[in-house]
Amino acid sequence: MNFIRFINGSIKLILQGSKAYYAWLFFLVALALWGGFGYIDQLQDGLITTNMRDSVSWAFYIGNFTFLVGIAAAAIMLVIPAYIYDWKPIKEIVIFGELLAVCAVIMCIAFIVVDIGNPMRFWHMLPLVGTMNFPYSMLSWDFFFLLAYLIINLTVVTHLLYSIFHKKEYNKKVVQVIVLISIPMAVGIHTVTAFLYNALPARPFWNSALLAPRFLASAFCSGPAILLILFQILRKITKFEIKDKAIWTIAELMVYAMFIYLFFTIAELFKEFYSGTEHILYWKYLLFGIGDSKEIVPYSWSSIIMGFIAFVLFLIPKTRKNFVTLNIGAVLIYASVYVEKGIALIIPGFTPDVLGQIYVYTPSITEIRTAAMIFSLGFLLFTFLVKIAIAIVFENYNISDIIKKEKSVKSEMSTI
Amino acid sequence: MIRNHFVLKDDFQLIKTMNMKLINIQTRKFRLLFLGFIITLLYSCSTNEANSGNNESGIQNSGENSLKNSTSGTEIAVEAPPLTDGIFPCNDCHSEIEPNPERRELVDMHDDITAMFNHDSENRWCLDCHDINNRDSLRLASGKLLDFKESYKLCGQCHGEKLRDWKVGVHGKRTGEWNGKKEYLLCVHCHNPHAPKFEGITPEPPPVMQENISYMNRKNDEQ
Amino acid sequence: MKKDKSRRSLLKNISLASFAALAATGCNMKELEEFFQRNFRTLSDKEKDDIINNLEQKYKEKYDKEFQVSAQAAMDQVEFAYALDLSRCVGCRKCVYACVGENNQSRSPQIHWIQVLQMEKEKGIDFAHSDVHYNPEKVPEKGHFYLPVACQQCQNPQCTTVCPVKATWQEPDGIVVVDYNWCIGCRYCMAACPYGARHFNWGEPEIPAEELNTDMHYLGNRPRMKGVVEKCTFCIQRVRKGKYPSCVEVCPVGARKFGNLLDPESEIRYILENKRVLVLKEELNTQPRFYYFFGV
Repeated sequence: MNFIRFINGSIKLILQGSKAYYAWLFFLVALALWGGFGYIDQLQDGLITTNMRDSVSWAFYIGNFTFLVGIAAAAIMLVIPAYIYDWKPIKEIVIFGELLAVCAVIMCIAFIVVDIGNPMRFWHMLPLVGTMNFPYSMLSWDFFFLLAYLIINLTVVTHLLYSIFHKKEYNKKVVQVIVLISIPMAVGIHTVTAFLYNALPARPFWNSALLAPRFLASAFCSGPAILLILFQILRKITKFEIKDKAIWTIAELMVYAMFIYLFFTIAELFKEFYSGTEHILYWKYLLFGIGDSKEIVPYSWSSIIMGFIAFVLFLIPKTRKNFVTLNIGAVLIYASVYVEKGIALIIPGFTPDVLGQIYVYTPSITEIRTAAMIFSLGFLLFTFLVKIAIAIVFENYNISDIIKKEKSVKSEMSTI
Repeated sequence: MIRNHFVLKDDFQLIKTMNMKLINIQTRKFRLLFLGFIITLLYSCSTNEANSGNNESGIQNSGENSLKNSTSGTEIAVEAPPLTDGIFPCNDCHSEIEPNPERRELVDMHDDITAMFNHDSENRWCLDCHDINNRDSLRLASGKLLDFKESYKLCGQCHGEKLRDWKVGVHGKRTGEWNGKKEYLLCVHCHNPHAPKFEGITPEPPPVMQENISYMNRKNDEQ
Repeated sequence: MKKDKSRRSLLKNISLASFAALAATGCNMKELEEFFQRNFRTLSDKEKDDIINNLEQKYKEKYDKEFQVSAQAAMDQVEFAYALDLSRCVGCRKCVYACVGENNQSRSPQIHWIQVLQMEKEKGIDFAHSDVHYNPEKVPEKGHFYLPVACQQCQNPQCTTVCPVKATWQEPDGIVVVDYNWCIGCRYCMAACPYGARHFNWGEPEIPAEELNTDMHYLGNRPRMKGVVEKCTFCIQRVRKGKYPSCVEVCPVGARKFGNLLDPESEIRYILENKRVLVLKEELNTQPRFYYFFGV
């Protein structure tokens, strides 16, 4: 009964809002529809509607997947500084971080589903009913980790919200333990995702021990960037309190992450370019193109330039503490890592292909539409969850309130 | 005249007129009988001499082109040599002609061979391989006469390594069964003995560019 | 045993539960059966027979032709290996198309299991300077040599290790096969293969019915479906009956050699013992059973 009340109340909540809120919803739904019709094409005709081919057999979808794993991981990793620096709204940070993680993981799984040729056979991957190739396949590991991570985070965040909703004390010990487990899990999912690529000696571009560390560093740049902006929005429209200092600390941590990422990348580039083995081809394709095939060059350089500007903006204390430049920096680093993971990580792994042939890949419109569908649905889910969470945490949306209202309605009805 | 190109199974249809037949002892008995008949006809004048030296080599010719490979114990069938109708048997003409052992360029007859001859042509000529007295026989350097069916021995005089590889199935093509009956080709099935180097062939079409394998192309094809 | 049973009953429950949903979308019983078909390696002989009978029936209805689908297992004491003479290959691509015909590869979108790379003699085996799209009047072209690449049937295959669902594996005779009914189409194996030997059905494969090879093997040349990976199987439908693969038989220069690695009298063993042999990308430790050699 209470659950039905909660659902009813929540539906009402997510359907109410300001004009800006409706505009945002309209935008997301329209985008999801536009994307969805593109995806229907793919379902009907197969992956031939994408621009992936035998030479470049993984591309934009798997890149998005990788990027989102980073987001999911970083959202939780942010809990560490919250504990260490003892930021006041630690509970809120955990809640919103985990909500972001949950949405990101769901989007990750969605990207795997759209990427596989036979989505109906997805159950073959499951333990017991399928034949999961555990522990040999890194994809099995990845799937297993993502699922576990999703379950853990969903448990914590629902438990927290549900307790607040019922005005009960949440089980502090259990939550703390699970959060402490989910932190290494966050590192784990991203490491395992990096190992997914790292495990392939056939692809020298990925077969570098620095790949997993670079993944983590880049995730720690892009993940907090979203939360940085989200916290500022929350601070403005709710009673959510987070001090400027905490935001600046996040930004400072991001600078370290960016620096480490830069350092790792330079180390990688030095090794490849100075030793000049045949592996250099992939980096050449990424940064300069090979022959006339330069289609990917603008992507890679835009990612580098955006990342570099963000790094400078975050590095200089003056721009870091100015919220306009800080937000510009956050958007830039987010975009930079998105392009890096979406395009610059995957495509050069396949170009030139293992037999030296160059197939120039750029995403097809179907791929862009399908990705747009997943992102808009993901953001929609995130928006709803955040809206409900805001109401529960800050706006006194709770069970006793609902019951009180119901009673008053009933009494009104009876007086009529 | 022997055709100068690779001998493929498909090509046999084209050169049927040259009396070339594929024999597989086990499965094509009728064909074998028919071929045996033809061979008897063709080689009637030289079989005795040719068969005399048969039982020495690793590969034995039992007289019906069925070879028993002594090393692996597998049954091997060899095609009949690609001899040309109208030219063979040579003795039809040569029995009338006084043999001329002088090394020279032939201009009146066999000028086609002269034109194409490219087999160490500086140092060699017809009678290095063909016997001066019995033109239906080949002749080894030792002076021993050789049937056309065993021309590989003649080739092997110089190309010993190739002969070794051929016997074990590494040089040249083998078809049939990897663990049983196999079919061989003679050197001359693939190489023109007068100009053994392969000529170029037209390649099959290249694969479609991956850029052109597309959803839209496919839709257009359907319409 | 017990575990297996519970797994089956669980599967049954799921299948029953899903039945209603699927029936509503217009699936018939056979498609449903196919949907719930388990991994080939977990099937009993009886189940395999049933599946094969159904397949033959299905193909007959679809193509109006008689088909023989075999599930012949590997022979004892046989490990297949292949050798290709780089000094002979002229790059004519006859093997490519013989393979397409024999193995029912999709004509559109085009799938070729064999890729013939044209390389420059000056550079040696250098993939970065190779070309698969060469198309001169005549081959071989001066200054070039040709390197056909298909599945190398590695002794230490990385493609099978990475498969998340065990849909691809190495048979006892060394052939790496794919269960087309189990492959989910994630293409991880394609990323893992260092030889570009795996090919994906990006769209519904099209083969003219009259060109179909009706002599099929379940793990080999039976028609594939959209969204699954396929690869060279050394013509599993031929070699398990003792025949040579069709690329061996078609090669006009006799550059292709095939046999049993365990038979000391085989052509393959002779080549390994007497010729200069190389394998591609030796440093990756895939240990291919596909050897390239120089006959001269």
